[in-house]
Amino acid sequence: MQKTPLNQLHRDLGARMVPFGGWDMPVQYSGVIDEHLAVRSAAGLFDVSHMGEVEVRGPGALAYIQELTINDASKLVDGQVQYSAFCYPDGGVVDDVTLYRFAADRYMFCVNASNADKDFAWMQKVLVEGDFSNVEVINRSDAYGQIALQGPKAQEILARLTNCNLDAIAYYHFAEGLVAGIPTIISRTGYTGEDGFELYCADDAVARLWQELLAAGTPDGLLPIGLGARDTLRLEKKYALYGHELSEAITPLEAGIGWITKLDKPSFIGRAVLLDQKNRGVPRRLVGIRMVDSGVPRADYPVYVDGNQVGLVTSGTMSPVLKVGIALALVASEHAAIGTRVEIGIRQKRVAAEIVKTPFV
Amino acid sequence: MEFPEELKYTEDHEWILIEDDIVTVGITDFAQDALGDVVFVELPEVGSTVEAGKSFGVVESVKAVSDVYAPVSGEVIEINEDLPDTPELINTSAYEDGWMVKIRLTDTAELDDLLDAEAYQAFVDEQG
Repeated sequence: MQKTPLNQLHRDLGARMVPFGGWDMPVQYSGVIDEHLAVRSAAGLFDVSHMGEVEVRGPGALAYIQELTINDASKLVDGQVQYSAFCYPDGGVVDDVTLYRFAADRYMFCVNASNADKDFAWMQKVLVEGDFSNVEVINRSDAYGQIALQGPKAQEILARLTNCNLDAIAYYHFAEGLVAGIPTIISRTGYTGEDGFELYCADDAVARLWQELLAAGTPDGLLPIGLGARDTLRLEKKYALYGHELSEAITPLEAGIGWITKLDKPSFIGRAVLLDQKNRGVPRRLVGIRMVDSGVPRADYPVYVDGNQVGLVTSGTMSPVLKVGIALALVASEHAAIGTRVEIGIRQKRVAAEIVKTPFV
Repeated sequence: MEFPEELKYTEDHEWILIEDDIVTVGITDFAQDALGDVVFVELPEVGSTVEAGKSFGVVESVKAVSDVYAPVSGEVIEINEDLPDTPELINTSAYEDGWMVKIRLTDTAELDDLLDAEAYQAFVDEQG
């Protein structure tokens, strides 16, 4: 089991620790609902040091990244971030990632913790088997610690610790600066649907960064947030989680990330299959479901229309904001319209629910 | 962590209050703390029968679904009607307002299998 540099600090804060993707991580501190509502109304601090970072360097970096990813990296300028994904040739997803452009010959991917080794192996395979020159792929996961500061008060809190002009950092952009004297990549991105930042710094400085941020934000209601609330926050916004909405058996078109799948790009791994799927019609779609009757939908519960199973829940929970059960589900496209009345199989019962617009909140 | 002396307990983390042949059942302070925020409770119907050691209901936290097991066999004579709308009572008052069902037991000998507060606390301590 791997530990982030913040492991002892989590324990000191009374966190309940759980294994996640090979890491010993905090699932909750004060309680999932309390933490969730703190992020929506004030701010929350997340240890995301388990995430992987991979640098791509060299004059051939862009050509390589264009083949590797489904989004169009040529649109990026220095200091910009892009949500993207790697696909297999059959259109299944290797991982969903964020891509940072530092310079024309220097990029960084942030990848899911549980996929970091798989991703790096895939990136090397693509590099070796493709016709690329002057590209270097470097796994920097051990060098970086990462903290997410999210919520309507995030900027106000961060501003106390940095001279960096945060107003100048637009959504999905980043800057490099000092936070509490620590060299930090300050990225206006996140996984909560709130304003906020993802902060990357040296692994051995991340504990100090955490403590400085927590001290600076506590008067504003800043709370440390565990993986439990991280999951409910992203679910209310319909953000995909690899292993649930995305996998090697689910294409990005099915998973609702068609908007990052740039089929007009001349070539990328998986393009042929995805183009074919788009032309034939995507067989199933990711939808948001809200319970009409009482119940909590969970991953792998069946979805029925008129008594026939039409799909499966990929993630579900009780929404802390709406106080009603919500789910993401992959359902047959002909039953995916908003307003469709469905039933969720919960234990021995079938419970009424409805396909609704997303995000849920 | 509270372990009221007047109650009996099971290794599945239910508590039992015995009043003649009627027992009141809920989940313990340890169980609610381990579950976290309770957001949904499923209870049996009044008049149904339950069997010792078998699941009679479900408690769901944000993250997890947990069965609740009947500590004794018998007939459900009352359920806590407040729980469907305020499941958080299990967190805030595990031993009182968070009670789940009342059962008229059929075999008093089953009570001999229950733990007293001291034995249950020792069991919990062992779980670490």
